[in-house]
Amino acid sequence: MTRKRAIPVARIVAGIACSHVPAIGVAMDRGVTATPYWESLFKGYEPARQWLAKLAPDVAIVVYNDHANAFSLQIIPTFLIGVADRFPIADEGFGPRPVPVVQGHPALAWHLTESLILDEFDMTIANEMPVDHGLTVPLSITCGQPPQWPFPVIPLCVNVVQYPPPTGARCFKLGQAIARAVASFDQDLRVVIYGTGGMSHQLQGERAGLINRDFDKAFLDGMTKDPLALTRITHTEYMREAGSEGVEMVMWHIMRGALDADAAEVYRHYHVPASNTAAGLMIMENRRAT
Amino acid sequence: MTDSRDYETIPGTYVYDARRGRQGYALNMFCMSLNVAENRRKFKADEAAYLDGFALTEEQRRTVLKRDWIGMLKVGGNIYYTIKIAFCDGLTFQDVASMMSGVSKEEYAKMMLAGGRSAEGNRYKDDAKAGHSRG
Repeated sequence: MTRKRAIPVARIVAGIACSHVPAIGVAMDRGVTATPYWESLFKGYEPARQWLAKLAPDVAIVVYNDHANAFSLQIIPTFLIGVADRFPIADEGFGPRPVPVVQGHPALAWHLTESLILDEFDMTIANEMPVDHGLTVPLSITCGQPPQWPFPVIPLCVNVVQYPPPTGARCFKLGQAIARAVASFDQDLRVVIYGTGGMSHQLQGERAGLINRDFDKAFLDGMTKDPLALTRITHTEYMREAGSEGVEMVMWHIMRGALDADAAEVYRHYHVPASNTAAGLMIMENRRAT
Repeated sequence: MTDSRDYETIPGTYVYDARRGRQGYALNMFCMSLNVAENRRKFKADEAAYLDGFALTEEQRRTVLKRDWIGMLKVGGNIYYTIKIAFCDGLTFQDVASMMSGVSKEEYAKMMLAGGRSAEGNRYKDDAKAGHSRG
């Protein structure tokens, strides 16, 4: 387009892929992040916090899965968007995490909802819901422990608790639709999108504790080298190679699909173990972002 | 289009699919009730009586009362739900993971610190049986 835009629009400037291991949140809440067990994991989060504070986005879309907290098995939405102006912190069975209530962004959230549904992504709409560690741990990892979260958040939940989750390819396309939706919102907003969960881990059965560094590294590399190839990984391959709960990595494809094809990796951190899990963090920026 | 259930060949793994969804609904909804502090108190005060409020099978009741973590998965438990019983007991995810994999807490923690259970020899039931496991 040669014509200069007269109306300011929102745009996605960066993506953050981030594990959401509950024990990471507990370590922060209990103030034990400097212990030998946790020290090197948290040291690797420092550059991400500095980068995010400097970026100072106006709003974040956080793609995550609920873990039997906002939703039970009664109703299982495959894709859900939270349109409330605030989201309380869930009691996950041991009391709510002592972190700030999450402020929403109803105007952009409703715009996304309308745009996505008309773009053939049939979102479930949540006017009220608590948020669990799936959303709050990535915020804690990237923002530390502020009295209030530094930006409003739009929760976007994906079912990975009841098989089958949506495919990686479908998730990627949802990400592309999110990018189109954001770009048609007529406010000058800089948006970051989080894709959370993973990396390799298995929490259940005799095979609990499975970690696959090779798989994880190839996945991290693939985010820039050939993200479309990653979307063809089947659920069985995730479960076999990266552990039954490693299938959460389908959510990273939503973040990746929302970024430009040539988005650049600006930071990564990978650490084993965080409790039962390989913790991964990757930051990507759109090149034309301002 | 239904995917083939080729994940059945993965050892030591209980995928919460449609079959288990039909089997485990009541069990998992009991677990969900433990998100409420008052319900946790009632459950701990009299576990058997509390379970009467849910339509569990005899085997499901047994696995809960015995804290048979693998048994719960076999009768339709979903790990994100059954773990709430463990939280109620003051256990962590890692405590339960060690019990499910049949090793002591210390041994399990040591395995995780050493990089976790290797995928080598743990991809297919046949591998695991053949004793190729280096985990």
